[in-house]
Amino acid sequence: MFPFSFEWVWDAGHMVFHGGLWYALGIIGLGMTYCIGKAVLDTLEGKGGHHD
Amino acid sequence: MKEEHKHKKTRRYGMVIDLDKCTGCGACMVACMAENNVPFREDETDKLLSLTWLRIYRLTNGKPFPETDICYLPRPCMHCEGHHGHSPCVSVCPATVTDYDWETGIVSQIYTRCFGCRYCMAACPYHARYFNWWDPVWPEGMKQYLNPNVSVRMRGVVEKCSFCFPRYQVASEKAHAEGRRELEEEEYQTACTQACPAGAITFGDLNNPKHAVYKLKKSPNAFRLLEKLGTNPKVYYISSREWVRRAGDNYLEHEFKEQKV
Amino acid sequence: MDSELIPRGVKRCPLGQFSLWIGIVGVVLLWGVYAMFLCWFKGLNQTNMNDSYGFALWIWADLAVIALGGGAFFTGFLRYIVGKDELKNIINYAVLIGFICYSSALLILAIDVGQPLRAWHIFWHANVHSMLTEVAFCLSCYFGVLTIEYIPLVLENRQIDKVPFFHNLGHNMHEIMAVFAATGAFLSFFHQGSLGGVAGVLFGRPFGYREGVLVWPWTFFLFTWSAAACGPCFTILITKITEVITGKKLVKDNVIDLLAKISGWMLATYIIAKIIDTWYWAVVTAPSMGFTLMEFYSNNPFYGIWILFLEIVLGGIVPAGILITQKGRSSSFALWTAVILAVIGVSVNRWVMVLQVMAVPVLPFETWPMYLPSWQEVATTILPVAYGIILIMLSHRYLPIFPQEQELNP
Ligand code: SF4
Ligand code: SF4
Repeated sequence: MFPFSFEWVWDAGHMVFHGGLWYALGIIGLGMTYCIGKAVLDTLEGKGGHHD
Repeated sequence: MKEEHKHKKTRRYGMVIDLDKCTGCGACMVACMAENNVPFREDETDKLLSLTWLRIYRLTNGKPFPETDICYLPRPCMHCEGHHGHSPCVSVCPATVTDYDWETGIVSQIYTRCFGCRYCMAACPYHARYFNWWDPVWPEGMKQYLNPNVSVRMRGVVEKCSFCFPRYQVASEKAHAEGRRELEEEEYQTACTQACPAGAITFGDLNNPKHAVYKLKKSPNAFRLLEKLGTNPKVYYISSREWVRRAGDNYLEHEFKEQKV
Repeated sequence: MDSELIPRGVKRCPLGQFSLWIGIVGVVLLWGVYAMFLCWFKGLNQTNMNDSYGFALWIWADLAVIALGGGAFFTGFLRYIVGKDELKNIINYAVLIGFICYSSALLILAIDVGQPLRAWHIFWHANVHSMLTEVAFCLSCYFGVLTIEYIPLVLENRQIDKVPFFHNLGHNMHEIMAVFAATGAFLSFFHQGSLGGVAGVLFGRPFGYREGVLVWPWTFFLFTWSAAACGPCFTILITKITEVITGKKLVKDNVIDLLAKISGWMLATYIIAKIIDTWYWAVVTAPSMGFTLMEFYSNNPFYGIWILFLEIVLGGIVPAGILITQKGRSSSFALWTAVILAVIGVSVNRWVMVLQVMAVPVLPFETWPMYLPSWQEVATTILPVAYGIILIMLSHRYLPIFPQEQELNP
């Protein structure tokens, strides 16, 4: 999974596979960070506090 | 798999089994189990659950008496080379448990890394791979007799014939200590080869003209199992009987004659 | 008693009745959990798998639920990327069903491997050339995406929504949902395909092996395609079943019709490709390995040629024919028949690509091994169904899954 496990080789297979993987993980991670971070800021601003 | 080109003079250990000599006595199977600490259970009726790294099949020509004929066929792991080390099982293992070793041509198996997905078993057309459905239970006192050079396996992992790889390690270490790089033919032999009373199994480096297998594999009666699939096995069989050679692969009608005369 | 939790403006059955049903399904769930622990503590000797059937009921169940859960990614793809806006009325449910399917698949896999505690080896020591590695990575990532898609729904619960942070979080997640959906579609295209590749790359198994392009056998594309075609059928089927059980209309006909129509065309094109693939395999690939088509379908008590007929004709051509016609889609009976057949068709496909691949003897002197799952295998396979039912019941009761429910049931 990481370049330091001993079966790792820097070949096309690894680059394509892990390129795709980390790209997807990156988008998911960044997306969630954005959502949570913005939610914190919004809450601090006092948004979303409607009660019924 | 990447080391392919680094080793120009690769060894390719393999076997030639003379089926005309095999009597089906099973000494090789027993030797294999003892050498490799292969576990067994009290009840081994269901052969689909038994671990038999080397298994003897009984083939018949299906003809009525007096033409009836049988043949015993010992089947170890074929240590398939495939195309450039792309053996059926090596390419599929998700956890890089099994590998094609370019130095020896042996297909390895790291038991402690295998997590038991059994994909390799699905990939192997020879049923050479076995799953440990149970934890091994050794009869009273038998632990003392286990081979200290071979690790025992726990339940939930796959195992298979290793061409007695630990013997290769021992032999290499000895040669190395003596300052030799090459192993003599008799220095590294598998347990089954040595156990066969009929001398049906020959083991050695298929690439080395000095080894007996080098010549034997070129016999006009030599064949390998399921060659058509492209598994490129390193176990050869010899039989003078045509029906036996035909039983080594799947042929469409009338196909066999064209291939082997 | 729990009325404060129930979405505004919709009616739900009394809590007692609801709990009774949860209890009944819960018993089945517990049975499965018991079997699951048996497998974990005693090992896979609890199953009827053997060295000929290394892959059996569980792997089939995995492949099948993932194909059926394909409704989530494909509906998401259509809604967010292609822009079929009407589908917003069914996407929640598609996501929920997908979430259930994928969590079930992961659970079954966790039971299926011989050493579950070492399952992380598949990630840590990943062999990028193995289809299963790709499946493991994409499956886990996509399960993450499905969770992300499901969370905003949970946050919409009346009480949770009152908490400003959760309200804001849900709102933000909704806003960039297209990004997640696109990532999910990307991941799905690959792991659905890789699941097809699992059997397709086995060049030692003539029944499963297929040629292909680069590293991908044809089954790679066929699996993605069939999941995109049949996944939505499963979403429709479960929606219809939910409507029958709740006795309410939950999704408008035009929404179902649109999804059914797209599904129908996907299925029609898929089945053409599948027929070409089968034909090529039967006349070129298999003979090159020394097999004739009928050798795969005879001399055994179970795998007759009927199975090919069931998969391709009854489970493919017939539902495709129904779903691509306006008449077929508008008749309730025909629609029900079509979605059920499509679900059966794709499940049979997954069955043969797992079980029959194992069963066909490859060495000429071997015979067909047969297999019947043990009760532990059956129970652990039913376990996810029970879990799914419970999650659907809870979600339906407490979350606004169906945006049109209020309008359709004033
Ligand atoms: S015989 Fe089976 S286990 Fe051995 S190398 Fe070939 S495919 Fe692998
Ligand atoms: S069972 Fe073990 S050796 Fe075989 S494919 Fe799975 S992890 Fe690899």
